Amino acid sequence: MSSTHPSPLHLAVALDGTGWHPASWREPVARPRDLFTAAYWADLVAEAERGLLDFVTIEDGLGPQSSHFLDPDERTDQVRGRLDAVLIASRVAPLTRHIGLVPTVVSTHTEPFHISKAIATLDYVSTGRAGLRVQITARPDEAAHFGRRTVPRIQAYDSPDAQELVTDLFDEAADFVEAVRRLWDSWEDDAEIRDAATGRFIDRDKLHYIDFEGRHFNVKGPSITPRPPQGQPIVSALAHDSVPYRLVARAADIGYVTPHDADEARAIVARIRAGQDAAGRAGEPLHVFGDLLVLLDDDPAAATARRERLDALAGQPYTSDAPIFTGTPCQLADRLEEFQEAGLTGFRLRPAVAGHDLPAITRGLVPELQRRGAFRRAYEADTLRRLLGLSRPANRYAAATA
Amino acid sequence: MSKPLKQIHLAAHFPGVNNTTVWSDPKAGSHIEFSSFAHFARTAERAKFDFLFLAEGLRLREQGGKIYDLDVVGRPDTFTVLAALAAVTEHIGLTGTINSTFNEPYEVARQFASLDHLSGGRSAWNVVTSWDAFTGENFRRGGFLPQQERYSRAKEFLATANELFDSWHGDEIVADQETGTFLRDARAGSFVHTGQHFDIHGRFNVPRSLQGRPVIFQAGDSDEGREFAASNADAIFSRYTTLEAGQSFYRDVKHRLPKYGRSPDQLLILPAATFTLADTDAEAEELAKAVRRRQVSGATALKHLEFVWNRDLSAYDPDGPLPDIDPDVGDNHISKGRAQVRMYRDPLATAREWRELAAAHNWSIRDLVIETGNRQNFIGSAETIARTINEFVQADASDGFILVPHITPTGLDEFADKVVPLLQEQGVFRTDYEGPTLRDHLGLAHPDDRREERAAS
Repeated sequence: MSSTHPSPLHLAVALDGTGWHPASWREPVARPRDLFTAAYWADLVAEAERGLLDFVTIEDGLGPQSSHFLDPDERTDQVRGRLDAVLIASRVAPLTRHIGLVPTVVSTHTEPFHISKAIATLDYVSTGRAGLRVQITARPDEAAHFGRRTVPRIQAYDSPDAQELVTDLFDEAADFVEAVRRLWDSWEDDAEIRDAATGRFIDRDKLHYIDFEGRHFNVKGPSITPRPPQGQPIVSALAHDSVPYRLVARAADIGYVTPHDADEARAIVARIRAGQDAAGRAGEPLHVFGDLLVLLDDDPAAATARRERLDALAGQPYTSDAPIFTGTPCQLADRLEEFQEAGLTGFRLRPAVAGHDLPAITRGLVPELQRRGAFRRAYEADTLRRLLGLSRPANRYAAATA
Repeated sequence: MSKPLKQIHLAAHFPGVNNTTVWSDPKAGSHIEFSSFAHFARTAERAKFDFLFLAEGLRLREQGGKIYDLDVVGRPDTFTVLAALAAVTEHIGLTGTINSTFNEPYEVARQFASLDHLSGGRSAWNVVTSWDAFTGENFRRGGFLPQQERYSRAKEFLATANELFDSWHGDEIVADQETGTFLRDARAGSFVHTGQHFDIHGRFNVPRSLQGRPVIFQAGDSDEGREFAASNADAIFSRYTTLEAGQSFYRDVKHRLPKYGRSPDQLLILPAATFTLADTDAEAEELAKAVRRRQVSGATALKHLEFVWNRDLSAYDPDGPLPDIDPDVGDNHISKGRAQVRMYRDPLATAREWRELAAAHNWSIRDLVIETGNRQNFIGSAETIARTINEFVQADASDGFILVPHITPTGLDEFADKVVPLLQEQGVFRTDYEGPTLRDHLGLAHPDDRREERAAS
């Protein structure tokens, strides 16, 4: 690593179907018929690992994709259907060695106990490379898939009702993460003793009830799964506004944010750092990654033309919560360095077309960043936490009794 | 003409939280590390087994208000391990126990359909039920389910999951890049379920998998459990391992099938069985005794008695006589989260019977637990074990066995190397996999074929 860069940047890709552009599946490289096979996902993650990326995230949802944010649609011209992200991550884990695996989990309708042991187990099957991306859902149709609660349809985002609903769902997500984290710590690292002399397999004084009590659920604990290799797998969340920024500040190791320029990036980072201080986490490392949707070609005009072609196929210009970057890997490297100076510590890139833009990241952007001394030339660590420069946390319960 | 020989089905159970495993053996490895599961699965696949099987635990057991510490404790998440095993195996079926009480149909159906896609059609679901508030304390719902509703919820859960699996027919994804048609049917995955336990509607978001739906396993010995299996399952686990008891169970369950419009070959009966293999029968007998003593320490024997006595017996000497006090017949308060508790429905009678047995044989507490506890089902040389397994299957005491070795992860190795070749020589066990899916291994029809048959008839 070059000494000219005080802190090298971190790089992740967000995998979603054939790519983030709704017409991406129509590109010749897209392999839309393979979307429900293990080989498809294994190939994408292997490509990301060839590029030495820190991790991949895998999108998920508890209902079909839709072109509307809050309602289902009945379109037949876009990819619909997906496999469970935690299972995809588990399926590819034994086929990879270094790259982090961060599936999306939905806190609104799932059980923290199940998710905690699933991600702990992903950490075992990947030997220390697991994380999760926690997400809420305010979609009434997804609530109807579970039938346990009704979620009122949001009419206007800035209405008090909508604010109250979203705040409540994010508070639940914070509780969810807290319960999951306590479960990961509910076994001390050396709880399994196999003491033949006394016949005890575990030292039960090193297992702890978590006694989590929240507004939406209680969890007794301890986990059935021993503490995972990383101690605490990585927790991450996408955030666009005050309420989700607070979740990131309170509960996450990585927040993904979507500034459109360096000034906005600086302002968001300041808000998250302030939230971190308020949550009593001032000293703790917390990454703030910028999310960018990317279309990359060696010729900037080719990237623009490709975007126009995809938009034409989709029947409308694609818009995103994240800034859309169209250009060359070299231009993107400039942009990332500019954002990094504004306080972002890494980036999660969303390939518009997975089969095209992922290789453009790994074979175009990564070598460019390496030339600038801004990115690793080999994996320097074997766990995701260490790749991200995070230490293995002490067990909260062991600390309390020490 | 003599009846053609039945083909034996074999599976392997990686023991989870249990007192089957002799964890103190120097050969015993981790129960958590993925390398253990990978070794176990590869051995079973090398031996051409039908499937491997993982149980589930959702709350750590307690004894006397404290976490039980004498057996193996702790296990990984079932779905996650099975998905990872799909990456290191090519053929073997992947069966997971998933509780229908502390899960929701949409999520479980997604997970199994995903596992079926990611394994190329090798997934199976052992549907189990629970009702207890003890386990419920780890879940959003809490301890909500009256005991009498456990099968009612399980039945509706499975029916709902099947509706979700069937909400895609398998031909909806066109993915025509030229015309821009991804889906043939705009409503693919639509479902509406209105019932006693679930009132849900919308669209399922995983397309139909290679097997149509996972193979369904069921365990449970009550009349209700047997009916549930006869009406819904592709295979049933049992614990009858003597020839006569096995035959009786086999006849009973298979006779229940016709009233559900099913033929006897549509439900396989697979008891769990342990084995002790050695070079000679005599050596195997000696080894089996040693294994039992290692499985049942003095402390374990006392805890086992506490299940029945429902009292703290720690003051008793495990090498001494049985307690002269009677069991506490009040609510169970000593032992929680342990299925075995339910095995002793009349503790006073059990205690009386055990005292008589111990007195007649001059057994200590530990002797009694060893003698009356789980037995090694198959003990002997490879020839003896192969012959006995085959006799059971040909005599319709089972359709095969789910083998539970007492050493993990290597406890299956010797069986694969020594017993399986003998079964193959006798022509009662496959020498290679014939199809890619677990349904192929088990000789079960694809659900869509059944659907077509029904439509044609």
